[in-house]
Amino acid sequence: MIKDQHALKEGTGFKSVSTLPRIGVYVCRCGLNIAQTVNCAKTAQAAQKLNGVVIAKDIGYACSEPGQHEIKSDIEKLGLNRIVIGSCSPRLHELTFRKMLQSVKLNPYLLEMANLREQCSWVHMTDKEGATQKAIDLIEMAVFRSSLLQPLYENTVPLTKRTLIIGGGVAGIQAALDLADNGYEVILVEKKPSIGGNMAQLDKTFPTMDCSI
Amino acid sequence: MTDVGRHPNIKLLTLSEVVDVSGYVGNFTAKILKKSRYVDEKECTACGECAKVCPVLRPDEFNVGLSSRRAIYIPFPQAVPASYVINANECLGYNPAVCSKCIDACTKKCIHFHMSDEEIEENIGSIIVATGFDLYEPKELEEYGYTRFENVLTSMEFERLVNAGGPTQGHIIRPTDRKPPKSIGFIQCVGSRSLKKGGAYCSNICCMNTIKSTLVLKEHDPDIDIKVFYIDIRAFGKGFEDLYMRSRKLCVNYIKGLPGSIYELPDHRLRVAVENANTAKIEQYDLDMLVLAIGLKPSATTRKLQEMLGLQLTSDGFFLEAHPKLQPVDAATRGIFFAGCAEAPKDIKDSVTQASAAAGRAIRLMHKGEITIEPITSEVIASQCKSCGICVEVCPYNAIVVDRQQKTPAQINTAACAGCGTCAAECPFGAIVMNHFTDAQITKQIDVLLQKDTKEKILTFACNWCSYAGADYAGVSRLQYPANIRIIRTMCSGRVDESFIWHAFKKGAPVVLVSGCHIGDCHYINANHWTEKRLVKIWKKMEKMGLRQERLQLAWISAAEGIRFAETMKHMERLRQSVTTEEIGQTIEILNKIS
Repeated sequence: MIKDQHALKEGTGFKSVSTLPRIGVYVCRCGLNIAQTVNCAKTAQAAQKLNGVVIAKDIGYACSEPGQHEIKSDIEKLGLNRIVIGSCSPRLHELTFRKMLQSVKLNPYLLEMANLREQCSWVHMTDKEGATQKAIDLIEMAVFRSSLLQPLYENTVPLTKRTLIIGGGVAGIQAALDLADNGYEVILVEKKPSIGGNMAQLDKTFPTMDCSI
Repeated sequence: MTDVGRHPNIKLLTLSEVVDVSGYVGNFTAKILKKSRYVDEKECTACGECAKVCPVLRPDEFNVGLSSRRAIYIPFPQAVPASYVINANECLGYNPAVCSKCIDACTKKCIHFHMSDEEIEENIGSIIVATGFDLYEPKELEEYGYTRFENVLTSMEFERLVNAGGPTQGHIIRPTDRKPPKSIGFIQCVGSRSLKKGGAYCSNICCMNTIKSTLVLKEHDPDIDIKVFYIDIRAFGKGFEDLYMRSRKLCVNYIKGLPGSIYELPDHRLRVAVENANTAKIEQYDLDMLVLAIGLKPSATTRKLQEMLGLQLTSDGFFLEAHPKLQPVDAATRGIFFAGCAEAPKDIKDSVTQASAAAGRAIRLMHKGEITIEPITSEVIASQCKSCGICVEVCPYNAIVVDRQQKTPAQINTAACAGCGTCAAECPFGAIVMNHFTDAQITKQIDVLLQKDTKEKILTFACNWCSYAGADYAGVSRLQYPANIRIIRTMCSGRVDESFIWHAFKKGAPVVLVSGCHIGDCHYINANHWTEKRLVKIWKKMEKMGLRQERLQLAWISAAEGIRFAETMKHMERLRQSVTTEEIGQTIEILNKIS
């Protein structure tokens, strides 16, 4: 879900990845969020032995500026073409790391994440050994999957600059005015005969004790 | 409000409901049913002559039934649009023999009985869901006697009573004798923070609303005796504590404890028995009037919209945001945003803040006038396609076309493809590749996870939007479950190919779990119907082969169901323990014989 201004199109100078996979593995400690349950150093060591892995290390906060900088300079220095990050859920930071890849001209879909926090360290807090073994497995699954990843390119399609707002209460009204004042067309749909919603029925409103309408 | 009516960029459709939404982010099409008003809203000057002659009297909804209105009416004086409306179900109908009084009275001639409902189609790029809340109906709490005792009111009824525009012009009166009350009690958390009736959540606004009401009452009559029965007073917002302190300084009596019972005395006063947690005594108060601080519940339209737009709900029934801290106004479906109480109970300030945020997020999405589509879409390998058309049948987005007569290979419209992968899973010839979730990639993950300690492993397929998010939620909630679970993420459970399951069993998997969104909640319209059908088919095959069907499980887990996820994992572990090495060996043997 690349939503920023750098649209990702074919032939826009991304590194060629036709050569053999050169994988970088980063096991994020996430402060102690992951490290207090998962042995991150051991997990990285196990990854180092896997086929195609050029570098594997544990890292304080992969998502932080220094963390990203470290990964980016490895990509450039070692010519990495697949990145595996064991950290929080991809639902949280997949986009962050995809952007990171993009910034060093590596196709962002050559990233694979292993969920070591929400689905490992946080749910196996009393089983450190089991959690570490799981982390090792999850990283290994991610490494092998990453070697099969292919660069992908985004499509751009035209968009309709209009917004449908469902509900004409105080929230719908405010959103409609903000959009409309910014020059966007708004369709405001209200099921009752008047807008105003529940708010219109109130007399004074807290904390300022002024009228609702 | 009037700005909305006048703004050149806002098309206001009242008496209207969205009945269908199709398309995808940037290019949605909405069908809106606009019900007939029977009054031309542009011509009507709201002079009110029509209502004066209307013979039909009905309870006025705006005053929660505390006053009456006619069948032709304006909801309230400041209504936008400032136009009368006819309730067609109440009107005697345009039949001169029966009644056409309003038409005769209208000098502008703007009442038209021939108006009919319209269906309007609108193309839009983004959607903001601001459907608000409904009020809790306290009748089920019999101990409070609402509707049994006339002097027990809800907070909304009280609100109309103190409103200068309300049925009593702002004079507070006791319903039974229409005299100003000398004493009044407020009961907090009615329909909130209760595991038995109403919602388990805090409705957010009721404490401050009651505090506000006590101040309004003291303004009317400084000597009035006010008691507030509460569990906790939650005055957490800016300026809230000040207001609370002001209320206490005005000698409003805050009593920690919710009444256990209420009786009506012969003079219609109410006897309240309450266990005061501060004194640890049962106390009794006789009060002229009682106000129930009723909670907020999800709007009745929530469920319908949720299905229409493929959204998710929390266990409370409000809409679920994409992330509680990082994307608090985004829906998981791109291009859809939440504002106000649709997402959770909140006060006016928070609603306005969230609405501005939602507008900002929508602008951020739309400002370039074009949108990039994630390349996680499927692709046809033309040389392997036999033009059978199964992919066309299963695609929830009608994104695939095939000419079966001409036998031309299927073609996929990548702009319409949302990337569920159901087509790739259903193609009998392996002719469809689901990018980023290819057969080779997923099979490799299965191989790796089953290569060591195979008998101990629990393979789980989880869909990105619901069950994988549910697993994340279990993590955020620190719910513990066995560490031998290994999750493989797919975008949709519809992607889970039959071959993945046979492959896993052949590799020695003791158990396999396929999990996805609840039926009706699928992020890809209805792709999970195909998951279910597929699993039923596999179970039948397992039975024929003599394999224990329960080793393959299907579970629907929503993004908010962390507990359900953790419990499912524990269940899977019990199941796994029941599978012996011999059973796994036999399974491998049986499957190898077949292929």
